[in-house]
Amino acid sequence: MIVRILGEGQYSIPDDQRDALESWDATVAKAVDSGDEEAFGPALAALVAEVRRIGEPLADDTFAPSDLVVPFPDASLAETRGLLADSTDPAGADDR
Amino acid sequence: MSVMKRLSGIVQAKTNKLLDKAEDPRESLDLSYQKQLESLQKVRRSVADVTTAKKRIELQASQLQQQADKLQGQAKAALTQGNEDLAREALSRRTTLADQLADLKTQHDQVSAQEQKLIDTAQKLQAQVDAFRTKKETMKATYTAAEAQTKIGEAVSGISESMSDAGMSMQRAQDKIDGMQARAGAMDELLASGALTDLANPVDDIQAQLNKASTTSAVDAELAALKAEVGTGAPPPAQLEPAEPEGGPS
Repeated sequence: MIVRILGEGQYSIPDDQRDALESWDATVAKAVDSGDEEAFGPALAALVAEVRRIGEPLADDTFAPSDLVVPFPDASLAETRGLLADSTDPAGADDR
Repeated sequence: MSVMKRLSGIVQAKTNKLLDKAEDPRESLDLSYQKQLESLQKVRRSVADVTTAKKRIELQASQLQQQADKLQGQAKAALTQGNEDLAREALSRRTTLADQLADLKTQHDQVSAQEQKLIDTAQKLQAQVDAFRTKKETMKATYTAAEAQTKIGEAVSGISESMSDAGMSMQRAQDKIDGMQARAGAMDELLASGALTDLANPVDDIQAQLNKASTTSAVDAELAALKAEVGTGAPPPAQLEPAEPEGGPS
């Protein structure tokens, strides 16, 4: 699968790493949903580091859409919430 | 729900807006390439905007620094004249400027970071666009119509996503400098309106006091010299009265 880190580029990651990656993602999602500023920074940094660690950067002449997208590595909680709210579908936000 | 999945959907929606529906998939390669070139232009303009914002902050900082250095010199001159109160006043004004300078330094660091990121974005996009230009001709030549449908679609979606990413990076940089531009504008107005001249006017009140003090002592010296010349039993004029003994430093 292909994962994009916003502002950085795309990485190719073995499909069997998906679950591992999503558990890192879950920590970020939890911080975003609860508005936990302190937990957010380290959680995002860990997710970004994991993508860079297990991923192979996609060559410039390989063009493919991403399966997953990671926020800007230095994004704040507010900025990430803004990005996620940048959807025309308001139903998704309160869908608990 | 997963942040990466949600974000992927949002980026995809942005990307879909960039895609042209062409009858012939080969034609969509050329349409996409045109968009890529436009996108590159926009990123480059955005880099130039951020660089301009940075230069503006640098200019303001150097103006404030000059004023701060001047106040430092005035504080020293005041102390030489034995006017500790005036020296204290100059130093306190200098502290206010130092706070503003520190604020400008923070802004400068942030703008510089944005500038570097956008330069990286432009370079990365340039490399991809160059690669795409070569690849699109190969694709046109080698793919059968059926292959072209999927492969070209994927390639165009892929690079369009990079353009979306670049667009989001530009928006981000713009948002960051917008706030700073407003503050820089306020600072320019302050500098121009003279509201800051209270703090550091070329002929400010501190300088005026320093000038007055040095004029006074020059007059005293000349007066003393004159008295000596006239020499009518006046006390020896070589030195002025020393300062009050109890006024010494503690």
